[in-house]
Amino acid sequence: MTEHATPTEPVFTTERKARLEALATRYPTRQALLLPALWMAQQAHGWISPEAIEEIATELELTPAYVRGVLTFYTMYHTHPVGRHFIQVCTTSPCNMCGAEDVVAALLDHTGCGDLGATSPDGRFTVIEVECLGACAFVTPILINDDFIESVTPDTVADLLARYP
Amino acid sequence: MGYPHPIHPKETPVLSTHFGEMEARSLEGWVARGGYVALRQALEMTTEAIVDEVKASGLRGRGGAGFPCGMKWGFMPKDDGRPHYLCCNADESEPGTFKDREIIRWTPHALIEGCAIGCLGIRAETCFIFIRGEYTEPAEILERAVAEAYAAGVIGPDACGSGKRIDIFVHRGAGAYICGEETALMNAIEGKRGNPRIKPPFPAVSGLFGMPTTINNVETLAAVPHIITRGAAWYAGLSLSSPKSTGTKLISVCGHVQRPGTYEITMGLPMQELIFDLCGGMREGRTLKAVIPGGSSVPIMTPEEVAGCATDYEGIAASGSLLGSGGMIVMDDSTDLVYQIMRLARFYAHESCAQCTNCREGTAWTTRILERILRGEGKSADLDLLLDLADNMTGRTICVLADSCAAPVISGIQKFRPDFDAYLTGARAPVMVEA
Ligand SMILES: Cc1cc2nc3c(=O)[nH]c(=O)nc-3n(C[C@H](O)[C@H](O)[C@H](O)COP(=O)(O)O)c2cc1C
Ligand code: SF4
Ligand code: FES
Repeated sequence: MTEHATPTEPVFTTERKARLEALATRYPTRQALLLPALWMAQQAHGWISPEAIEEIATELELTPAYVRGVLTFYTMYHTHPVGRHFIQVCTTSPCNMCGAEDVVAALLDHTGCGDLGATSPDGRFTVIEVECLGACAFVTPILINDDFIESVTPDTVADLLARYP
Repeated sequence: MGYPHPIHPKETPVLSTHFGEMEARSLEGWVARGGYVALRQALEMTTEAIVDEVKASGLRGRGGAGFPCGMKWGFMPKDDGRPHYLCCNADESEPGTFKDREIIRWTPHALIEGCAIGCLGIRAETCFIFIRGEYTEPAEILERAVAEAYAAGVIGPDACGSGKRIDIFVHRGAGAYICGEETALMNAIEGKRGNPRIKPPFPAVSGLFGMPTTINNVETLAAVPHIITRGAAWYAGLSLSSPKSTGTKLISVCGHVQRPGTYEITMGLPMQELIFDLCGGMREGRTLKAVIPGGSSVPIMTPEEVAGCATDYEGIAASGSLLGSGGMIVMDDSTDLVYQIMRLARFYAHESCAQCTNCREGTAWTTRILERILRGEGKSADLDLLLDLADNMTGRTICVLADSCAAPVISGIQKFRPDFDAYLTGARAPVMVEA
């Protein structure tokens, strides 16, 4: 359904493998490459597939179960495919007090996602609530993929989304 | 693009002097502003002299606990022949806190310089800057600045031509508040789940990769170059109140004030002036109801406590709370405090690493009971139950996340009891919260 649904290439192509090995010189263990390797997989495929887990385990000399155990601890790694544009909205107290719930409602409405965590029928968006994004003076901060956007209001949501076809 | 607000006359810009200046981000722009003079100076000093200077400055950790920085550096072993590590804590995830982000995105070289001097102060050749995964833009700016510093030979195998090796690496987190706890952060770098470790052993004995390690907050390290160039006496002299709280502090203010943002104050500035002069006070027609001064993990303050409070470690402690990270959440009289306390409890329940029973169960039950009260289904015994749970979360777990959940609950019930009673007696209509 989404662009990233099926991993079509291995994570560690020649280029990414070279990047991984360059990083390896920084750490005394290969295990320490786990978070960077998981980021590479997610950037390549949009999520971390069972195939990617196998691949990472082999590269880092770990077991797939260990890799899975670590990756599920961290909330930013996706264990299933998500919309082409992944939206994270802060709703922790400082943002909540200043109107974040209205922004969530506007986002769910305009994206067509309907529910938090659900992907819109066209595969374009997924919206989730997250805890404090460290930008509490700029209510409401949201992340669309890697773009950090401050001071979003229900009124600005439509224009903002138009930039993410 | 400019910084959200011009410097207020009651601010003391030291770390924030160049916030908002795009040119300050580049190595060239930073050097033009006096950058890397302190590092060159420190490279000429002995480790002991660096540590003594930082000790004499009175600099205390800006990550939350306020531990004296020089003393922490002094715990690192001498002549042990093992590699030492410096970890820079850029995980900044404490609700209300967004000051380190400003340092990183406006003055990345200030942090790199602080990390480099920190390495010299603890006999380390390697510093890992652990930055939270959500800080995409700051991480990019920081990576670019680190690459520039390497390319210019400021850091690397022969830092500033000194013959000394200083490596600085940026390591991205992936979402988990708990990774801000120092030993959880080390586990995250090592490629493990971010569970805090049982102490002892303390990091100075066995930290990252089992080696002697020091961990410092971004703001702590960014202050160090100023102490080296301007001297410990100058820094120690920056205090309006207690000689135990020296220097300047970045306070990130959010919530219901006219001008939320990050402000740099001399330690001891009256909190009243911070909120009403620097931040412009409450919104039109509103009055102050409560302040959480140090990130969400500290006790809530009443307007009466705010009125006489000096903004520093001792001053806020004397007024019933803690300076913590300096993330200040200001609430006006429109705030449903019970709801916000529930929302904070939910935060801790979500972020608990679940190793300790008292934390895993305590944070979850606290949230559920508060939700029940908000639905209008609470009983007066629920408040005792909440206080009992809070008691079981205080001082009984591997790390202080559980204590952090208890702090707003205990102080909320003690200081704002009528807000809870309104729901319990039915005087206030229930609000719907998703279970
Ligand atoms: C649950 C928890 C979260 C924390 N989060 C952070 C954080 O995001 N940033 C930080 O600098 N310190 C954080 N700390 C404090 C660190 O454990 C540590 O004390 C600090 O980084 C030490 O640096 P400093 O002495 O320079 O303040 C946290 C502590 C706990 C218990
Ligand atoms: S107190 Fe909570 S977060 Fe800290 S180690 Fe225990 S379970 Fe984990
Ligand atoms: S509470 Fe929303 S960014 Fe901090």
